Amino acid sequence: MNTESTTVMPDMPSSGRLIATLAVIAMLSGFFVVLVYQATLERIALNHREYLERAVFTVLPGATVRVNFSLSEAGLQRLPDDAVGDANVFAGYNDDGTLVGVALQASARGYADVIRILYGYAPDREAIVGFTVLQSSETPGLGDKIETDPAFLRNFENLQARLNEEGTALENDIVTVKQSTKTEDWQIDGITGATVSAVAVGRALRESANEMLPLLAAHRSSLTTPPPASRTPPKEGCPKDGVGDDETDTDGINHGSENP
Amino acid sequence: MHPDSAAFLFLHAFLINNFVLALFLGLCPFLGVSAKLKTAWPMGLAVIFVMLVASLCAYGINILLVRFEIEYLRLICYIAVIASAVQLVEMTIKKLSPTLFRMLGIFLPLITTNCAILGMALFQTFNEYNFVQSLAYSLGAGAGFMLALVLMAGLREKLELADVPDPCTSAAISLMLAGLLSLAFMGFAGLGG
Amino acid sequence: MPRDPKQLSPPTMATLKEGVWKENPVFIMLLGLCPALAVSNTALNALAMGLASTFVLLGSTTLISLLRHLIPKQVRIASYIIIIATFVTIVDYTIHALSLELYNALGAFIQLIVVNCMILGRAEAYASKNRILTTFVNSIGMGAGFTLALFSIGAVREILGFGTFFGIPLFGSNFQAWAVFILPPGGFFVLSLWLVLFAALRRRADQRKEVGHAS
Repeated sequence: MNTESTTVMPDMPSSGRLIATLAVIAMLSGFFVVLVYQATLERIALNHREYLERAVFTVLPGATVRVNFSLSEAGLQRLPDDAVGDANVFAGYNDDGTLVGVALQASARGYADVIRILYGYAPDREAIVGFTVLQSSETPGLGDKIETDPAFLRNFENLQARLNEEGTALENDIVTVKQSTKTEDWQIDGITGATVSAVAVGRALRESANEMLPLLAAHRSSLTTPPPASRTPPKEGCPKDGVGDDETDTDGINHGSENP
Repeated sequence: MHPDSAAFLFLHAFLINNFVLALFLGLCPFLGVSAKLKTAWPMGLAVIFVMLVASLCAYGINILLVRFEIEYLRLICYIAVIASAVQLVEMTIKKLSPTLFRMLGIFLPLITTNCAILGMALFQTFNEYNFVQSLAYSLGAGAGFMLALVLMAGLREKLELADVPDPCTSAAISLMLAGLLSLAFMGFAGLGG
Repeated sequence: MPRDPKQLSPPTMATLKEGVWKENPVFIMLLGLCPALAVSNTALNALAMGLASTFVLLGSTTLISLLRHLIPKQVRIASYIIIIATFVTIVDYTIHALSLELYNALGAFIQLIVVNCMILGRAEAYASKNRILTTFVNSIGMGAGFTLALFSIGAVREILGFGTFFGIPLFGSNFQAWAVFILPPGGFFVLSLWLVLFAALRRRADQRKEVGHAS
């Protein structure tokens, strides 16, 4: 790479000058990067929020307001509107303020790579009512039918996800069956030619539902009772600390895990 | 195989999503050094080695970047540190083992600006692999690069005896071969499930 | 510092056209192939990638040309890489802010512009030796050549693989998409076919020239 400098070396600059040059360039570069980062930060966060909002409203037909929650063994915690990254449960409410359902994320390995999906669960119907693929790199023309095939998508308009009597797991495990052999409400009619991808969707739903729905059932009252926040909540100076305490108390939500 | 297991990540980078043939990373050295099997082997070894070094560096730096919340400097730090690490390695090898240096030495500077290295470091960060996963992934990526390179070199050596139509010589026919290899590698999709 | 009078001459039309045709980075020099194949599955992605790379090329070579007397030779490669990485980071955040869909489609390949051999190659071989205006004009040409190459690969792949052009369907509903062209092998095939086409055209031009000389 550096043939010239080894043969022709007219005046070798001091190492001080070399380091100084690099330092100045690095500092300038850092300055510009920070500038651009600050300028685009808000817009990027907004893009992510809008993208997620669209997806949530797709899987929860009729919902117009979204509220983020974080649900784990430790409890259900309401999160500020912009804390999309930490949330794993997105509750959707309609204009009257009643709960339409919750959107949950799930993932499983498909044919080429991990398939990440978002599905809508309606607690009152105990069923999955909507489905969309967030990320997949399945083979175009074959595996990607899980995103486009209308017959396959019809599976998720009303897919039974009822809990057993103890409320610990699904009564009937969601499972993908061969195309046009669906007989039960909890079965997903597969796609010929996209078997692996369709089975992966079934597996993702089954695993996620078995893990999340029992937890959700335990906290269902705290999801339905709080009045949904307005679409643009008042801006808080320090959202990470402030919102968690105030809002969880007023909402009467069990706050087992307060640590961010 | 569990999708998060180190063994699967190795397989994932090695065959299923081969860096050269499925992700198009590192094409310049792939086309440049694949003319002879004799050079393809040491180049492949050098890439595996640099991959491991880069993976370790990227893993360490990322911890620092996250700690100080300056992730936006990630790209600049990665490229600077990987380039200097490779240079350090080059000097060390030169000092310690001249034989090894004669074998790998000329390829090391070539690899520094190889997008496969930076690509591996970035993917490893995006997917939030832990230490063992990162090592397995980088090893798989390097081995996958070597496999593609050696396969290609073998094919191109045979090609020298073939009667290729005039406008298709060199780059065009090599790319055509790479396309066929890539087609064959698509068969690995779904492996290890 | 080499002071070749020819290289310091003001830019001409040839300086601009060099990158588009005679020294086209993708089709002739085979530089920057990784993004040329990886994100050229649709015409739009290819165009966006081409423009992003052009911006980085233009910004970094101009800056390097401006600073060429200030940067000591021994640290020039390191300086170039930092400058290029800065521009790439700027482009990365800008695309992320403009369109999330485009950002997701291009993925890590925006950040990988930094190791595009075309850019470092131009910085080292051209910008470090030429005046700022000449460099600027030459980089526009190179960027245009790169964008054009990506676009021609992307257009072919999208038309055959999806049956659309910029998302607009071109064929009737009974068109069976040729899915292999949007898969990785298709990238290799389309680039290879373009190379064959250019080689054939060049040979024809050479032959014609020979005939002209003979007569």
